[in-house]
Amino acid sequence: MTQPRSVGVVTPQKISFDTPLALDCGRTLPRYELMVETYGRLNAARSNAVLICHALSGDHHAAGIYSEDDRKPGWWDNCIGPGLPIDTEQFFVVSLNNLGGCKGSTGPNTINVETGKPWGPNFPLLTVNDWVRSQAALADHFGIATWAAVVGGSLGGMQVQQWAIEYPARIRHAIVIASAPELSAQNIAFNEIARQAILSDPEFHGGHFYEHGVVPSRGLKLARMLGHITYLSDAAMRAKFGVELKAATPSFNFDVEFEVESYLRHQGQSFVERFDANTYLLMTKALDYFDPARDAGGDLVNAYAKATAQFLVIAFSSDWRFSPARSREIVQALVAAGKEVSYVEIESELGHDDFLMPIPQYHRVLKNYLDRIAGQQP
Amino acid sequence: MSALRPDLAFIAEWIEPGQRLLDLGCGDGALLAHLAQHKQVRGYGLEIDPDNVSACIARGVNVIQADLDEGLSDFGDAAFDVVVMTQALQALQRPDAAVAEMLRVGRTVIVTFPNFGHWRVRWALARGAMPVTPSLPEQWFNTPNIHLCTVADFESLCRSRGWRITDRALLNQARQGGWLSRLLPNLFGEVALFELAR
Repeated sequence: MTQPRSVGVVTPQKISFDTPLALDCGRTLPRYELMVETYGRLNAARSNAVLICHALSGDHHAAGIYSEDDRKPGWWDNCIGPGLPIDTEQFFVVSLNNLGGCKGSTGPNTINVETGKPWGPNFPLLTVNDWVRSQAALADHFGIATWAAVVGGSLGGMQVQQWAIEYPARIRHAIVIASAPELSAQNIAFNEIARQAILSDPEFHGGHFYEHGVVPSRGLKLARMLGHITYLSDAAMRAKFGVELKAATPSFNFDVEFEVESYLRHQGQSFVERFDANTYLLMTKALDYFDPARDAGGDLVNAYAKATAQFLVIAFSSDWRFSPARSREIVQALVAAGKEVSYVEIESELGHDDFLMPIPQYHRVLKNYLDRIAGQQP
Repeated sequence: MSALRPDLAFIAEWIEPGQRLLDLGCGDGALLAHLAQHKQVRGYGLEIDPDNVSACIARGVNVIQADLDEGLSDFGDAAFDVVVMTQALQALQRPDAAVAEMLRVGRTVIVTFPNFGHWRVRWALARGAMPVTPSLPEQWFNTPNIHLCTVADFESLCRSRGWRITDRALLNQARQGGWLSRLLPNLFGEVALFELAR
């Protein structure tokens, strides 16, 4: 048994694709680039590859650090590494920044070579299916015919479902975490408020803010503050922040008076420094559009009919953004379609964000599942 | 792999090759794993205990974490050939509703439960104490078994609901059938196995 540890220092790579990508919106990207990190080694049979699909604000930096004194590891560093649930001594793990992202992959904040200017609002709106097609091109690049597993939480879990539907022969195991078969009206409502916050910021300039040398920081900050409320449970917020005034008495103004206010302002501000407003708009639309049942006559059972992967669906008891009931809809449809599926509901406290936490039962289930896959390598 | 528990081995005999099976309260998935290996049976186990769930995952059994007391609304009518529930009926809020649900989603139902008519139970009660026996090891205050019944009670429930009993076996303490439990099942059968159909 390997002592669980981080993958250590990693280096991202930028991969260029010259084969045009036809998009669901009807437009075509003639060429594009994806930022990618890989961990572990691809075996000779190329059968041990695992794809990690990121959520709304994630990127290719899922594990490891960029230098020995880097204090901020990748977003899923507690789960990907030697001896960890996604064991890099057994699997070749591929993590990318999705198309339309803002961390180096082709997206609104990169230069459109045809105009010499940032894409901005002219970058096409994407669907989960567009991402999956670009990820298939990435698999081709590495010579990976079939993923041993595709894994993702939240919006990442939607990409996993789409993989199983779109490329049944190219995915053996689908691990869908804290996800849903489509957004609820409430989910879409939160996204719409987030978008309106960005769109109505005077510094958004219709998405052309790069040319004005500004960022719509107020709008993006509000969008992120709103998002953060939905990522935490009521109980977690109460436990984390309480409702005590920071001072002895109310100050009767709009300065920060409660812990939760300073938390949200801090989260919002730090997000503005690392994220792009156009990408945020694009990601929320991709979430809203995801609905595999819509493409299958309104029937989720039909949507999964083509899938041949084995599924592991995981939900968290305190998650109200993508509640266990939504995961059970996925499971119910998979059972009705006669598919292989396991479903686990993890007792948790934090809320939607729990899918990023090293909860012992969560990691034990993931590890048991993936260790068995590793033992079955063809 | 260790040998199958004797009552599960008995049930395995009743299952036809290739059937679609739902195992309610599937524990660590031993029955499903055995049937998948030896009879090409496909199916799912329902289980609530986190340790059991991760044991099922480790052995590659399809497990769905669920509370049996919440019913089987996730499953369609006649979705399975067989629905099995071993040693869980007596721990449910409404065993009668559970059996009715099992008969809705499965063509055949197999249930097993500890027989409260067994002579050890009667002996303990005759001495004025709640029974603690090999198949009922807990004390009255910490037992999960809230709806115990005898073989006679269960058969009377089946009659009143119109459920057809298509097979029955009584196992003794070694979980094997014996001539005593065939002769006087409600007295000498420690674990009851019933196969039902609508």
